[in-house]
Amino acid sequence: MKPINKESAWKMLEQMVLCRRFEEATIKAYQQKSITGFLHTYIGQEACAIGAMAHMTDEDSFVTSYRCHAQGLIAGMTPRSIMAEMYGKITGCVRGKGGSMHVFSKQHKHLGGHGIVGGQIPIGAGAAFANRYQGGNGINLCYFGDGASMQGVFHECMNLASLWNIPVIYICENNMYGMGTRNDRALANTEVQEFAAAYKVNGYKVDGMDLVASHEAFGKIIEEARRTSRPALVNVITYRFKGHSVSDAASYRTAEELQCWVEKDPIGRFFQHMQKQGWIDDDGYKGIEKKVKDMVADAVQFAEESPWPPMDELTKHIYAD
Amino acid sequence: MPVIEFRTALNQALDEEMTRDPRVFILGEEVAQFNGAYKVTKGLWAKWGDNRVRDTPITEGGFTGLAVGAAMMGLRPVVEYMSFNFSLVAIDQIISNAAKMHYMTGGEFSVPMVFRGANGAAAQVGSQHSHNLESFYAHIPGLIVITPSTPYDAKGLLKTAIRNNNPVIFMENEFLYGITGEVPDEEYTIPIGVGDIKRKGKDCTIVAHMRQVIYALEAAKILEKQGIDVEVVDPRTIKPLDINLICASVRKTRRCVVTEEGHFFCGVGAEVAAQVHELCFDDLDHPVVRVSQSENPLPYAKNLEAASLPSVDKIVAAVKKTMYRK
Repeated sequence: MKPINKESAWKMLEQMVLCRRFEEATIKAYQQKSITGFLHTYIGQEACAIGAMAHMTDEDSFVTSYRCHAQGLIAGMTPRSIMAEMYGKITGCVRGKGGSMHVFSKQHKHLGGHGIVGGQIPIGAGAAFANRYQGGNGINLCYFGDGASMQGVFHECMNLASLWNIPVIYICENNMYGMGTRNDRALANTEVQEFAAAYKVNGYKVDGMDLVASHEAFGKIIEEARRTSRPALVNVITYRFKGHSVSDAASYRTAEELQCWVEKDPIGRFFQHMQKQGWIDDDGYKGIEKKVKDMVADAVQFAEESPWPPMDELTKHIYAD
Repeated sequence: MPVIEFRTALNQALDEEMTRDPRVFILGEEVAQFNGAYKVTKGLWAKWGDNRVRDTPITEGGFTGLAVGAAMMGLRPVVEYMSFNFSLVAIDQIISNAAKMHYMTGGEFSVPMVFRGANGAAAQVGSQHSHNLESFYAHIPGLIVITPSTPYDAKGLLKTAIRNNNPVIFMENEFLYGITGEVPDEEYTIPIGVGDIKRKGKDCTIVAHMRQVIYALEAAKILEKQGIDVEVVDPRTIKPLDINLICASVRKTRRCVVTEEGHFFCGVGAEVAAQVHELCFDDLDHPVVRVSQSENPLPYAKNLEAASLPSVDKIVAAVKKTMYRK
């Protein structure tokens, strides 16, 4: 595992800032009715994605829920292709046919973007299975929320992955709420990593608000999975600063609770860590913000100016040739 | 030409396609060591081993979804459901994931896989083990639904299904596994969406699939003695439906009966009848008559089960109705 150095730290900070500013722009676009349908932001949870994805190789794949924009950006998809998708334009990553919840990219091994809670959990196992079947050395990072962790397919796939030695890393982004229901009202055991033992899988609990901690933990977990072809379950403690979706005012939680978590903002925390290492100063950070601002503005302009899908798209791709 | 059982024809198709393409693998309950609940996969585990013929735990949602993910990454899984009744446990993976994937991803990903198993009533197995799900699955754009009635069709269509780049629902029937028919030694495939005339006739068209083809052919023998010459059209695939073949037959006979083992409401018969009425209205001498399972969960008791299911007698009566004969 490569520890964080100055170069990788800059990259990861920029990725987190890009995710944050990109999604802030999507909220604005939603308010202006340029983005419609559903919109679930990842704001506050950025370190969960980057901490694990930083260790991906070309052989690896990942899959997630409908909260799927940040992972796409981190994997290297262009802000243009994701923003245009959210605008429903033909230049979007899936030609305007998916929308906010269905970001995919074969090139970037982004297997979605899934709208049914927990529906992506078997797909992660299948992707890792396929890689090993073909003699590969890859793993799959499969993200889901605490709300999905009680779905049957999660437990079915923990069993299958353990039984068949499938190196899928099940990453429970435990943001404490399944939509508006606090997880202690939905999970008999909120210590999700403890379910791993029942399937003879290693379970881990990771601080998802601290990129240094999550990067280090995932480095070891992924290395182990790759080497042993064994699954893992990681309960990543995090928090979404916004509601479940943009139409959720989050009245089920207090301002004090939110403030407590905002103070743990992974971007500020990681910036401070970099400062302490002498890797960055305020001007350096401003430079990142400026660069990201331009990228996001470019993506928004591109999405706005892109054409709608032509009518023949309606009947294209129902069946593969 | 060799005469073999339906299940053997399926077994040959699986074995040949596994030989042809190393990406093809089988998973499902009891498919490996037990040789399949209906022995369709007999001998394949012994020949191909654990990697390509996999027994699964009884977790249809999990192993179906796993196969969808594997298909997205380039493998060609064949999922066996011991019966299609159990596919309902995996319905989210089949519909929300497999069927929608290619479209929802703008063509980025495809899901080349086959879901196969027994569909429909067996002998008095009760309501939970007797679902007919062909119209249910045919309702979903993105799925192909294949419903063979003979060993020859079963083999040729299963090979095509495995080579197809889409999710294919391939339906078999417990009563059909043991029937025999001619299957050539040399390789062949049958295209999807092309129906077959199982009996030529001039007075009335019977559209039938799976076991109903056998019923329709028996009904034809009875009707022949009464001077009525029926044509039996087997669409072989419900989706896409070979409506051109059906309509060509109806334009000739001017009458149409559709028989299916599934329910009446929103059934295959409803679809065929609607399309025939839309496309052949002026050719018809009588409205399309539907024969189907009645609108109740299938009961266990022998007499009630028989009363609920379509039968040769019901098909005979339906044909005579279209002829205005008693």
